[in-house]
Amino acid sequence: MRAGAYDVVIIGAGIVGAACAWACANEGLRVAVIEADTIGGGATGAGMGHLVVMDDSEAQFALTRYSRSLWQQAAPELPEDVEYESCGTIWVAADEEEMEAVRRKKEFYEARGVRAEVLDASALRAAEPNLRDALAGGMRVPDDAVIYAPCAARFFIERAQSRGAELYLPRVVTEITSEGVRLNDGATIAAHRVVNAAGTWSPMLTPGIEVKKRKGHLVITERYAGFVKHQLVELGYLKSAHSMTAESVAFNVQPRRTGQILIGSSRQFEVESKEVDGNILKRMLARAADFLPSANRLSAIRAWTGFRAATPDKLPLIGPCPGRENLFLATGHEGLGITTSLATARLLVDQLLRRAPGIPIAPYLPSRVPESVHA
Amino acid sequence: MPNAFSVTVNGARVGVTEEMTALVAILLSGTTTLRRSVSGEPRGALCGMGVCFECRVTVNGERHCRSCQTRCVHDMDIRTDE
Repeated sequence: MRAGAYDVVIIGAGIVGAACAWACANEGLRVAVIEADTIGGGATGAGMGHLVVMDDSEAQFALTRYSRSLWQQAAPELPEDVEYESCGTIWVAADEEEMEAVRRKKEFYEARGVRAEVLDASALRAAEPNLRDALAGGMRVPDDAVIYAPCAARFFIERAQSRGAELYLPRVVTEITSEGVRLNDGATIAAHRVVNAAGTWSPMLTPGIEVKKRKGHLVITERYAGFVKHQLVELGYLKSAHSMTAESVAFNVQPRRTGQILIGSSRQFEVESKEVDGNILKRMLARAADFLPSANRLSAIRAWTGFRAATPDKLPLIGPCPGRENLFLATGHEGLGITTSLATARLLVDQLLRRAPGIPIAPYLPSRVPESVHA
Repeated sequence: MPNAFSVTVNGARVGVTEEMTALVAILLSGTTTLRRSVSGEPRGALCGMGVCFECRVTVNGERHCRSCQTRCVHDMDIRTDE
């Protein structure tokens, strides 16, 4: 054990904590990462691993665009098992009304420097022949990608370790103090700064922050190479992601490098149980079959659940925790933590080192006063 | 004498009867690699009773059919190692 305090101790080795560790170690900071379970064992391992630019708000767009560009820069050095595939996203429009929305969406993306193209019905059919007939079209975002996120988290941790970071695993933090953190075995780890990157567990260590669990279900199939070629998301997905209703499902499927298909998605608040909910699963798969009729003939091998760390305004908390001089937050990434992990790490380091951030930071500061949230 | 007819295994005709499974037709054709694991290793039938899923093949275009649980029918098209 080295003498003296760490510059930064990061709680949580999910994709966000791991990316923060890598970024901090790259700056020459003395870093410790404390993980209670396994690397990427929470939402990182449960989710799809979609690197996507999303436009729920200007701030969400800015963060996802910035972070996706950081992933593109990192892609050449990612190991094989991260399975980075630049398959692109197609936002699927069911009817003419949604096509209108697609055209507006395309303008929004292009005006902000993100490549996007409108597909009419026949172009959509050519791109994805297994989609049902009579869809109106869609929007293709060619530079979106997919990864296998737990391996990316492990890679970030390894990179941080090669720069001198130390990993404490499995060790459980019970308290964040003004001198560092205390563990459940009574030990303390001294640090000048503490970063709470514990995802859905973050409010247990920092009571009062507005992070709630939001349950999701996923299904993975056998290998059906080429069944879908892009990540396919219904245009109405944002309605599901944005709404504060108790539960919703939306069509969202992803091709894996193995040929397997990941099928999502669901969102539920106020549910603590990890069990697969047969009713939600049924609704989710029916939604998938509504868009991909032959999905009914695919053989699924596993279904599971996970919990997103959701905030009321759908934006993560990145920066100093109000009223806690030594504590920084990097949590609340909901369903976008894989995408936004690298930008989160940069913005966190910029703040730790008092540098100008790569994008305006105000919308993500924990001290922000969220706009009123409409149900 | 059971009804005799033929199926195709990777395009080659194989004479079978209706009591035979697709797995038998495959073995009669001389094929031993039924599919590949994710890492590319050859796989063949192990349990022969529908439990191990190692004998999956493509039957009439439908992937991941357990050949040991699929009865032969006229002109069935069986593809291995897909």
